[in-house]
Amino acid sequence: MHGIVGWGSYVPRFRIKVEDIAGQWGADAAAFKRGLLLEEKTVPGLDEDTITISVAAARYAIARAGIDPKDIGCCYIGSESHPYAVKPSGTVVIDAIGAGPDCHVADFEFACKAGAEAMYVAYSHVKSGEMKYGLGIGADTSQGAPGDALEYTASAGGSAFIMGADNVAAEIVHTYSFTSDTPDFWRREGEFYPRHAGRFTGDPAYFHHVGSATNGILERSGMKPEDFRFAVFHMPNGKFPLRAGKKAGFTREQMEQGWVVNLMGNTYSGSSPTGLASCLDVAKPGDNILVTSFGSGAGSDSFIIRCTDRVTEIQDKAPKVRDQLAKGRIHLDYGKYVAYRGKIRMNQL
Amino acid sequence: MLSPRYHREIPQRYRLEAGKCTGCGKIHFPPRSVCKECGGRAFEMEKLPSKGKVLTCTTVEIPPAEFDDQKPYVNAIVELENGVRLTCMVAEAPPDEVDVGTEVELVFRRLRCGREWEVLQYGYKAVVV
Ligand SMILES: [Zn+2]
Repeated sequence: MHGIVGWGSYVPRFRIKVEDIAGQWGADAAAFKRGLLLEEKTVPGLDEDTITISVAAARYAIARAGIDPKDIGCCYIGSESHPYAVKPSGTVVIDAIGAGPDCHVADFEFACKAGAEAMYVAYSHVKSGEMKYGLGIGADTSQGAPGDALEYTASAGGSAFIMGADNVAAEIVHTYSFTSDTPDFWRREGEFYPRHAGRFTGDPAYFHHVGSATNGILERSGMKPEDFRFAVFHMPNGKFPLRAGKKAGFTREQMEQGWVVNLMGNTYSGSSPTGLASCLDVAKPGDNILVTSFGSGAGSDSFIIRCTDRVTEIQDKAPKVRDQLAKGRIHLDYGKYVAYRGKIRMNQL
Repeated sequence: MLSPRYHREIPQRYRLEAGKCTGCGKIHFPPRSVCKECGGRAFEMEKLPSKGKVLTCTTVEIPPAEFDDQKPYVNAIVELENGVRLTCMVAEAPPDEVDVGTEVELVFRRLRCGREWEVLQYGYKAVVV
């Protein structure tokens, strides 16, 4: 049996409410909240980035797995906000968690899907017998241009998953990927903010890929929506995953636990992985979970995951997603928020 | 700070690795080459616990220019569960949330951003538990 032996998520303490962003631009906050099904989003602290978020999530995953970090044979981090253009985030992360130097490291990029990719590759190495444990992380501190629709959703957080063959808490029973050249969202080298092709991001991109990957994995596994306790779909906003899930035959009840976007925003590479972590936090042995990620460009990775008896034994060994979303929040006003996100040019020191 | 020194200090800054004197058992952080207690020169690595409490602290209102965006912030001497003391910044908490005796945990944060062309520097900071 191969799968998740430990998981961990981290979200920063800082938040900004939809009202405070809308108020700044003279936009209708109620309409945005209704349209995006969003209350607030996470904001990284001034000393937080994809590397620090990855370390925090990975340390929680190690605590749950109860393993020696030296036994981790690979570390893959999926993000579109790696702090360095040249120097992998993973080099810092493995030294911070004590997994190096006997470790294969790479940073992945695929818009919001990079975290699921990191999980998939780490899982594949473990399944092939190449190594004892593999670490896959999805984390981001995403930015939207001021006033752009993305500014309401782009947020910060991440999740880490340790894959292994013994003490599996959640077996990965099926995987399936669906990918095509679809230019819905992009950022060319040297540009600060990404561009999106407006309504093109919906049907031909998100819904086509999420739907195809979900239907594909159900068909290959011979499973039906009612076989699952939980279903998680990438959360660019509150509405998209609920619509995609409904179309694929899932109920709101199945999606509720993993639907963390209303309080978190879109953590990009950390989005569907954190939804999955939220489900693992409360899952019971035997529960089936379906996860479908989405990355613009575009592609989706789907996983079917089955929880074992071990899952309930390790849930309390690290902070849970929904507890982090509820506790210790510090709300910023828009002025503080732009300073936190480095959106204003300050005088050079 | 020079990059070679930062690189050399990674085990203590990233993983809280201290030096425990094999002669008298005294734990030194940061690690030393000669024991302050017994003059011994042999040490074994001891990983420090991440939890502790604030022994004393001060609020920095006028920081060095590169930390100006984070003011006001608290610098503290933290006593860890095993009695080892270290100095660090307290992240994210408003100064009125931090006092002598406040329970904290050491976490991994970006310590210095420097200029655009410099290496980012990471290490430990305390957060209120
Ligand atoms: Zn000594």
